[in-house]
Amino acid sequence: MAKDALMDYDKALELFEPVLGFEVHVELNTKTKMFSHAPNDFGSDANTNVTPVCLGLPGALPVVNEQAVRYSISLGLALGCSIAPSSRFARKNYFYPDLAKNYQISQYDEPIAFGGSVDVELPNGRQVTVPIERAHMEEDAGKLTHVGGSTGRIQGAEYSLVDYNRAGVPLVEIVTDIIYGAESDAPELAKAYVATIRDIVVSLGISDARMERGNLRCDANISLRPRTPEGQPSAPLGTRTETKNVNSLRSVERAIRYEIQRQAAILADGGTITQETRHWHEDTGRTSAGRPKSDADDYRYFPEPDLLPVQPSAELIEELRAALPEPPAERRRRLKAEWGFTDLEFQDVVNGGLLVEITETVAAGATPAAARKWWTGEISRIANVNGVEASSLVSPENVAAVAALVEAGSLNDKLARQVLEGVIAGEGTPQEVVDARGLAVVSDDGALIAAIDEALASQPDVLAKIRDGKVQAAGAVIGAVMKAMRGQADAARVRELVLERAAG
Amino acid sequence: MSDIIRLTAAGLAEKLQNREISAVEATQAHLDRIHAVDSDVHAFLHVSDSALDAARRIDERRTAGEELGPLAGVPLAVKDVLVTTDMPSTSGSRILEGYMSPFDATVVKKAREAGLIPIGKTNMDEFAMGSSTEHSAYGPTRNPWDLGRIPGGSGGGSAAAVAAFEAPLALGSDTGGSIRQPAHVTGTVGVKPTYGAVSRYGAIALASSLDQVGPVTRTVLDAGLLQDVIGGHDPFDSTSLTDAWPSMAAAAREGARGDVLKGLKVGVVKELSGEGFQAGVQTRFDETVALLQKQGAEVVEVSAPHFEYAVSAYYLILPAEASSNLAKFDSVRFGMRVQPDGGGTVEQVMAATREFGFGPEVKRRIILGTYALSAGYYDAYYGSAQKVRTLIQRDFDAAFAQVDVLVSPSAPTTAFKFGEKLEDPMAMYLNDVATIPANLAGVPGISVPIGLAPEDGLPVGIQIMAPVREDARLYRVGAAIEALLEAQWGHTLISKAPALGGK
Amino acid sequence: MSEISEEQVAHLANLARIALTPQEISSLTTELDQIVDSIAKVQQVATPDVPATSHPVPLSNVFRPDVIGETLTIEQALRNAPEHDDNRFRVSAILGEEQ
Repeated sequence: MAKDALMDYDKALELFEPVLGFEVHVELNTKTKMFSHAPNDFGSDANTNVTPVCLGLPGALPVVNEQAVRYSISLGLALGCSIAPSSRFARKNYFYPDLAKNYQISQYDEPIAFGGSVDVELPNGRQVTVPIERAHMEEDAGKLTHVGGSTGRIQGAEYSLVDYNRAGVPLVEIVTDIIYGAESDAPELAKAYVATIRDIVVSLGISDARMERGNLRCDANISLRPRTPEGQPSAPLGTRTETKNVNSLRSVERAIRYEIQRQAAILADGGTITQETRHWHEDTGRTSAGRPKSDADDYRYFPEPDLLPVQPSAELIEELRAALPEPPAERRRRLKAEWGFTDLEFQDVVNGGLLVEITETVAAGATPAAARKWWTGEISRIANVNGVEASSLVSPENVAAVAALVEAGSLNDKLARQVLEGVIAGEGTPQEVVDARGLAVVSDDGALIAAIDEALASQPDVLAKIRDGKVQAAGAVIGAVMKAMRGQADAARVRELVLERAAG
Repeated sequence: MSDIIRLTAAGLAEKLQNREISAVEATQAHLDRIHAVDSDVHAFLHVSDSALDAARRIDERRTAGEELGPLAGVPLAVKDVLVTTDMPSTSGSRILEGYMSPFDATVVKKAREAGLIPIGKTNMDEFAMGSSTEHSAYGPTRNPWDLGRIPGGSGGGSAAAVAAFEAPLALGSDTGGSIRQPAHVTGTVGVKPTYGAVSRYGAIALASSLDQVGPVTRTVLDAGLLQDVIGGHDPFDSTSLTDAWPSMAAAAREGARGDVLKGLKVGVVKELSGEGFQAGVQTRFDETVALLQKQGAEVVEVSAPHFEYAVSAYYLILPAEASSNLAKFDSVRFGMRVQPDGGGTVEQVMAATREFGFGPEVKRRIILGTYALSAGYYDAYYGSAQKVRTLIQRDFDAAFAQVDVLVSPSAPTTAFKFGEKLEDPMAMYLNDVATIPANLAGVPGISVPIGLAPEDGLPVGIQIMAPVREDARLYRVGAAIEALLEAQWGHTLISKAPALGGK
Repeated sequence: MSEISEEQVAHLANLARIALTPQEISSLTTELDQIVDSIAKVQQVATPDVPATSHPVPLSNVFRPDVIGETLTIEQALRNAPEHDDNRFRVSAILGEEQ
């Protein structure tokens, strides 16, 4: 892959206005698939959660999952959309081996929800209203594994294997209108928008919304338009690219920034942007060209004859509207107050995309302060080092368990960090890591006293100083004891005992 | 034994219930008949090797005193478009050769539960595309009335099986006439129920908004008995109606008593006569209409001005839906796989498989349907065809505001010779001119034999159509016509079919 | 007449994943041209005021409860597969060498 030329970001923004658009796919967490009673669970053994419908077997027919329709309406309402009195499914025809019928059942000209907006808050405090064009229901495709060649990529693979467990999992695709005016905040807006969508679907309880598992997937459309001098008409919209495979909040931000810099370099050099899909590569932090969009993209949509229109009653819509959780902006204000965080602390949480994690950690019993400390601290640090999403590393329950062990005095901060490392490394629950690694704080005074006496005996000058009232000299002894205990002691208790023993 | 095969399904059922005949005897008699004549007729693609076991179980249950359905123990031929767990299902295509379905079509499941004995899978035009069964990948079926002629299509196998006494009952599917037109040319009875009256689950889809499964039999009563078994709601088919249906067999019995014709308002569809309709077909039809009038029916001519666009609309909607429905035959999960020389990408493998696995008519319609749906043509073709569909429905609505049933010849000609229309797709498509409107509008239709055309001595059928959900009306009127004609002739029409297989 | 070209048929065949031979493309072009000619008359009556019908018997809101039902066994799922490996369906490489 040839390295793209990139323009300095600030320079790019001077010359061009970024124009954005997003398609976010949300996998619904219904019990069964969109059109089949197969379990909506694709973590199982390959091709075990399939029915004739999922495999597109001859004679099989789809039937719509009512819960998926209800979830879609709820999501539409939460996005401020109107719910169509009548919407219908269509077939999107294209051949691909992960698509069992070689058409995808989706919604085309009559989506279930349309015309909404989402308020997004940026790290710098700026509020942006993102216009939502539509939200529609569709089915997911199966999963391909590429064998042979390098690193399981499609390029150079000898053959591929298909698992249809994911085929037919219900999706809602949320499509924004064109977003103008993001300006230099474009990357942050992209990230904040996807984080807000995630917050919405989590608060609705309709999706697990784990980006790293593909529950939430973002395709980002970006184009640049040259700035024109004041008073002159604006330039026409530029050619856009669609960046796919952006599977973390962090990547959304990075991918947008990258595409702006890449496109700006091409345009400034007198080149043209190719309308194409681009693939985001988390490892290299770059995008690469995918399939060019062309006239050959003829999906031959037509109304799905095996399914009938969805016509939700006004009563159903009102019932679902009444059950909506509070909007994310209100929720954020409420949580900030409830948790008692400062502006800075709360901004840290929001920017880290950690609202959901902290909510769940608090729900699991941790104090807000402890939850914030671990998520924005150690866990985010490890996530950054590894270039992954903090939420993918450890469950809120386990973080709460670590906080509880600290609270109970069984762990100090240093040990707690080790325990977290163990949990993240897959060594089990916090308690299991504590047991296996023998990480508990030594609470046996006898063992501590023995170590203290030994340290005092070997540093008679220090002992003398303490006895002279120079209490701060105790630090050297405490350090030696902590070292002897391999850090597994409560430093405060050690200090107490040192003073006690020194006093003789 | 040969007496058994001549019985109607109703007659055989009665003897089974009275234990004059066992299910094993009934099944064996039909298997023997298949053995004797099917090398000539070629109605079957596969003959069951488990039918006798199934029959034995029915006999055991009956002996044990179990209450069984009215058709328990009666053999049933199943069109190969319907998937079955105990026999291959190919839909007449090479691409599905040997395909074994993990599930039974709902109609087959219901038939088994009612104690019917599936004895084999019948031949058909590939993926039900055709009007002559010449498009089967496994060779044509021959018309029992004249082995040099076509048995109609796409369900030529089911019609021929019933006409040749290889089975008393068969299942068919009708997308544009595939049950009714074969019935017409083989002197048998065929019913296309109201769209949604019978489940499509397990019927290998041709055109989802047109397909309907229905009975293929020798008498109207037998068809009613079979629709009573296979009809009704199926939660696996979203388009399945939830209506509570009256008994079609009861309607047929009522009709056979004759007085249902008095005061019945019968509309003769003006557009389904004249040019293109064979003289002898028209003669028999006109005689039958006169007979209805004589029995007290009020006959009026009804115009359905948009029927002349029906064939055109049909040959846009059907290929469009079929091009999508048949996309699943891609060699990935099931079916034939053809590897191009030197390997190839999955795309090339799919294209090579579909080139080799599909016959010329299937390719023709897939390409036509792809065209009708493609960007820039949708509104002109598929979109326009759907509007014509609305206009045809309105024609039916207007007609049924005036009359109780509509009648026409079931098809324009009697059985033609093999090869006669094979090279001229449009001529072949016009075979379905009379039957297509019912599919476009979802209304039920039946074809009932009304005699032999004077010029060629081949069977002719009348088509009766009723409003949506009024299937019972077809059975009442159909049975009345059948009873009147048989009384007039002194015999059934099918009894005049030539003997086969040296018998 | 001659509304449909051989290039168009070749493009349609590609969309439909059928590797037609040049002879087939040529004969299909002629046939399709005739068929389309005779069925294009639907446009004569399909005026803007006429709504489209996609289902012959109108119904709406046909749903299934969100309840798990019977699934296929792995044997059933793979039984008809031309090729399978590791409980998955095996297909040739998706991209060609030039890609």
